[in-house]
Amino acid sequence: MSLELVCPAGSLPALKAAVDNGADCVYIGFRDNTNARAFAGLNFDLPGTSEAVRYAHARGKKVFLALNTYPQAANWHLWQEAVGNAAEAGVDAVILADAGLMRYASRTYPELRLHLSVQGSATNYEAINFYHEHFGIRRAVLPRVLSLPQVEQLVQHTQVEIELFGFGGLCVMVEGRCVLSSYITGESPNTAGVCSPAKAVRWQQTPQGLESRLNGVLLDRYADGENAGYPTLCKGRFDVNDETYYAIEEPVSLNTLELVPEMIRIGISAVKIEGRQRSPVYVEQVTKVWRSAIDTATKNAGSYAVEPAWMNQLNKLAEGQHHTLGAYHRPWK
Amino acid sequence: MKLALGPVLYYWQRDALFEFYERIAAAPVDIVYLGETVCSKRHNFRLEDWLEVAKKLATAGKQVVLSTQALIESESDLKTLRRLAENGSYTVEANDMGAVRLLSGKQFVAGPHINTYNPQTLALLAELGAQRWVIPVEMSSRMLADLLAGKPPGMETEVFAYGRLPLAFSARCFTARHYNLPKDDCHFRCLDHACGLTLKTREGQPFLALNGIQTQSSKVYNLVAELEGMQLLGVGVVRVSPQPFHTEKILALFRQRLDDNLSGSEAGQLMARFMPDEACDGYWHGRPGIEQAGISI
Repeated sequence: MSLELVCPAGSLPALKAAVDNGADCVYIGFRDNTNARAFAGLNFDLPGTSEAVRYAHARGKKVFLALNTYPQAANWHLWQEAVGNAAEAGVDAVILADAGLMRYASRTYPELRLHLSVQGSATNYEAINFYHEHFGIRRAVLPRVLSLPQVEQLVQHTQVEIELFGFGGLCVMVEGRCVLSSYITGESPNTAGVCSPAKAVRWQQTPQGLESRLNGVLLDRYADGENAGYPTLCKGRFDVNDETYYAIEEPVSLNTLELVPEMIRIGISAVKIEGRQRSPVYVEQVTKVWRSAIDTATKNAGSYAVEPAWMNQLNKLAEGQHHTLGAYHRPWK
Repeated sequence: MKLALGPVLYYWQRDALFEFYERIAAAPVDIVYLGETVCSKRHNFRLEDWLEVAKKLATAGKQVVLSTQALIESESDLKTLRRLAENGSYTVEANDMGAVRLLSGKQFVAGPHINTYNPQTLALLAELGAQRWVIPVEMSSRMLADLLAGKPPGMETEVFAYGRLPLAFSARCFTARHYNLPKDDCHFRCLDHACGLTLKTREGQPFLALNGIQTQSSKVYNLVAELEGMQLLGVGVVRVSPQPFHTEKILALFRQRLDDNLSGSEAGQLMARFMPDEACDGYWHGRPGIEQAGISI
């Protein structure tokens, strides 16, 4: 079985860039908070979704639609309608996190393929098999917290396909189990589809340096000439016992290019690129590199080596211009 | 409304834990949740120890619930989970969908780390055997009211009402990271931080508390002034999260409130000196969690 390349798109040009440069599947979201990248100006309306599906299907590629936030009693109908709209648009799968919504989707649209979102926080095969037994999920996206041997062990105990994050912004917390953002701003990925939302961010030049604040809380302070990234609250510098450092996580990207043959060997079905909020140029370049890597590893895993040109290209696109193997590599922990 | 004591979220010395539960046996609390919910490496207490404490507490008239770990990654985590699920004596609180799978068909509690945000998910949990659920910490009273309008019959609702908020779980141990130790050889440094390691902003504002792989609020979520509103909503249980000092005094103040012997502001004032940091209650009021939106404590 080959490793599917699943690429992000926040707009039609990004989707076309992914399809044209070698993505097997593109994942998108509707233009509201039914998905975990509910950013202004991003995502797809209904005609845009149909157009995306037409474009991808005409080229033999798939479209997945993320409905991976948690509906609440007062707005449940929005998620319910979104499932219907996704089915009608002919997407190849919906990516869900909420168990109640999964049950609704599996009963109302039995033909619709269901994937368990990373926001569903399933980190063991008992959890994944729960969703399979009850709702027939076909694939699960794993939170970025397991080591590769743990992933291998999990794959051996489930018939559900496993999709891993391969590249992009690194969530150091278990997705779906982090409310740091709502603690500061009132809005979290689970309920509002955003983390550290831009409207709560303030930049201010002060005598101590450039400061980034999230709803008033100081996340970091940069000296002149220091690279200042987007102020995601777990990636700021803080004081612990009078020591100032990245106490939770450095602003780095996940990059697992060197693990591609290993992913294929242990039976991973798909590798996912993070970044629906990123530009079509980002999508184009990341997709190209990953297509080459997967094709090379599929042809001859034994002689696979990461090409320096791939790494250079990806490092240019990486958050903080640094990368890590994250939890897949045990010592990171 | 009943009063519950949540599981100890920190790593304490073995003797300290035994002594703590000796005192809890005499404290005015109805339900006690026991077990290690944060880190599988913490081994001062084995299942046999928890069961021994459970027995003492049950003899003292407490309803005992065994809580499962929130982040379950390895086969050995699953082994522990199976032993809990099959303990045969005590109800289990599921904090992961894997636990829900293993507990299906038995009576169980759907813990605060199961993402239950709507009546449809709650109905599913009820069908599988959940008798009680603990709301997600970020849920507001309004969101809860909307949800409870469609609540399955017989389901009891519990609210995390006191303690540093468990905000996030990670694969990474932030306590070990602070000491430049690998997670696999962490020297159990979290033993030195009985209510977490305070993380401050660069202007000295206490912000978070690092508790191994868990990140908590530095502020103490305190809904002691909100109990009347909870009662009206139909909340059945309020949870106090243990801290290394004064937990019994906090429980006693909650008890006095539940018995109508104390006003919210009086209880808040009396409690302030027992808390490791300032109070917050923003989540309950639909605000950022860090804010204090109700009666100031």
